[in-house]
Amino acid sequence: MAEIALPAAGPVAAPITPAGAIARRLFSLVLIHGILIAGAIFMLLPFVWMLITSIKPPSEIFNAEISLWPKQFYGVENYSFALSKAPLLRFALNGVILCVGILVVQLLVAIPCAYALAKLRFPGRDALFVLVLLGLCIPVQVPAMPLYIALAELGLLNTYFSMMVPFFLSVFAIFLFRQFFRSFPDDIIHAARLDGMSEFEIVWRIVTPSAWPAIAAFSVFSAVAHWNDLYWPLIVISDAKLAPPPLGMMFFADAETGSNYGALTAAATILTAPLVIAFLIARRRFIDGITMTGVK
Amino acid sequence: MAAVDLASIAKSFGATKVLGGVDLDIADGEFLTLVGPSGCGKSTLIRIIAGLESQDSGSVAIGGKRVDHLRAHERRVAMVFQSYALYPHMSVRNNIALPLTMSRLSLWQRLPLLRLLSGQRRQVMRGIEADVGAVAAQLQLEHLLDRKPAQLSGGQRQRVALGRAMVRSPDVFLMDEPLSNLDAKLRVHMRTELAELHKRLGATFIYVTHDQVEAMTMSDRVAMMDAGSILQLGTPSQLYEKPASLKVAQFIGSPAINLLPASVANGGRIELFGRPLALAVAEGQGASVTLGIRAEALSLVPGEPGHAGRPWFSARLRRKENLGSEYILHFDLAGRDAQGVTMRASPAVAASLSEAAEFALGFDEAACHVFNAAGDRLEPKAPGAATASVVPLRA
Ligand SMILES: Nc1ncnc2c1ncn2[C@@H]1O[C@H](COP(=O)(O)OP(=O)(O)OP(=O)(O)O)[C@@H](O)[C@H]1O
Ligand SMILES: [Mg+2]
Repeated sequence: MAEIALPAAGPVAAPITPAGAIARRLFSLVLIHGILIAGAIFMLLPFVWMLITSIKPPSEIFNAEISLWPKQFYGVENYSFALSKAPLLRFALNGVILCVGILVVQLLVAIPCAYALAKLRFPGRDALFVLVLLGLCIPVQVPAMPLYIALAELGLLNTYFSMMVPFFLSVFAIFLFRQFFRSFPDDIIHAARLDGMSEFEIVWRIVTPSAWPAIAAFSVFSAVAHWNDLYWPLIVISDAKLAPPPLGMMFFADAETGSNYGALTAAATILTAPLVIAFLIARRRFIDGITMTGVK
Repeated sequence: MAAVDLASIAKSFGATKVLGGVDLDIADGEFLTLVGPSGCGKSTLIRIIAGLESQDSGSVAIGGKRVDHLRAHERRVAMVFQSYALYPHMSVRNNIALPLTMSRLSLWQRLPLLRLLSGQRRQVMRGIEADVGAVAAQLQLEHLLDRKPAQLSGGQRQRVALGRAMVRSPDVFLMDEPLSNLDAKLRVHMRTELAELHKRLGATFIYVTHDQVEAMTMSDRVAMMDAGSILQLGTPSQLYEKPASLKVAQFIGSPAINLLPASVANGGRIELFGRPLALAVAEGQGASVTLGIRAEALSLVPGEPGHAGRPWFSARLRRKENLGSEYILHFDLAGRDAQGVTMRASPAVAASLSEAAEFALGFDEAACHVFNAAGDRLEPKAPGAATASVVPLRA
């Protein structure tokens, strides 16, 4: 056992030289970075493949040999075909409306809830928090049926509202903000109460401004999830004018293009671009928020 | 202006009893300090006065009126916190102005956008601006008004916190260890400033600290707390000269009081290290008591000990501590390694002493504090009865 744990402690114990220490450090650095780079390539590859395919002509896409760069640049044709044959900007706009609408209501609801769970003392608080944690375990598919029936009865299918309503109450947001708010100093809240602020003003004017990293982090989670969601829009939307990006892609693939993969990937690129750009802008805060709340 | 009356305030957090029926009457304009070891319930008590915590039983009255039903900001009290509790994302100006905007503007005048519709708002804001300026001038904060709290030093944050409390001109100032995050020098400086502020404003100050020097130097009266109740309430000199219990004696005074084990002999006379003292208490024979002697009450006995007629004991000098204006001498008691005593001495006296030598330390009976086994103060019995039986030492 000792021999395995301490390979250096053989019969002739080699002195630890600076050179040896540096070499060992270098080796572990290379190893760690090698693993990380391999992981990054693995995750990026489909994305890169999409970008490359979107500028290839059809003949090259179905070529057996794998090439990283097209011999013939076909990007203009693919992108203009995609843009002209499908209302991509409309899909993107739908996506923005959907994501912003959901996010705003989620924040309006979750922040006061989280504050109450983190900072107010009332009977049943801990039981409520347990319910929130249980809520985290319920997948969206479970309440899909009753929600659909209710929306159908109310005649609300095929509206933006029907796409948003199941997500207005985010238990994940409540949980995330509650963890974040718990570390907010009680003394500042006490000072605000002494200064005459109501609890609502404390939430919005004192606590929320300090929670920007958490809000940014949650916004990214939320926007990514709902921009890419196909499941729920597929259920409640049949009108292509209201389709968010993934559903729009589906309509596009069905109707016009069949197997024009160049145009399809060009459309996919256009529809993922806003998200990637938004993430790059929010990146710093996103990372701060995740490390501060301890959610990893 | 307002007096603060607390009537049997009790508070528990779950199963832990934090305050057990505190009664305390604080006069209008008084500077009262709550002092005591960590965790004794000082902050809890002050938060109950502020209305930030609700008591389980008992009542709080400010200015003669019960305020138990009032919320924190309706009680006309201001509080300064140990952590300063400044609003981190607001400038110093807005931090100080906030209590005024809350009280002088209506809700819709504070709302974003809607507030632009109010004509009066401008005028009110100008008044607030003037008041903030006046407070900032008093505290020398004018050049810092546009900074954020994170860009200030500890002492500056402290002054902003004071400014935020002062700007409302409250009847009562509550301060929870406001100086404990400052360095020693600034603390001494702020001590004077706070005392002067108190004199200038004439408001009631309730000040929490666990630093007995702050308690002694600033207060009109000191309430010493322990384990959720008040052990003694009195002026600083009363607490120092007549500590009501062993705990008070130990807590008040620096260096800490010397405690020596003693026993009660025939007729209530006290014996220290087997030698009788000219001191008697109403306690049965054989009872053990504790003798408290302050560091300045001890002195070196020149020549043959006992001849001067003063009681004494011998001790070995372990260490000399130079404070500049005086020395603190640390002695080990002969034959009792675990126990030491401290004594104050002038630099001239201390210089002539060599470490590890034996000395006779003398004291006066009048300067002794006697505590029984339960830690309560025992008053010496009538001197006639006591001195009559100590002829040998008096001779
Ligand atoms: N919100 C709370 N929940 C449970 N226990 C509490 C709470 N607040 C305080 N306590 C307990 O009450 C006791 C008194 O606390 P308090 O803060 O009043 O002490 P303190 O005298 O101010 O001490 P310090 O000098 O360290 O500030 C402590 O034992 C503390 O653990
Ligand atoms: Mg405290």
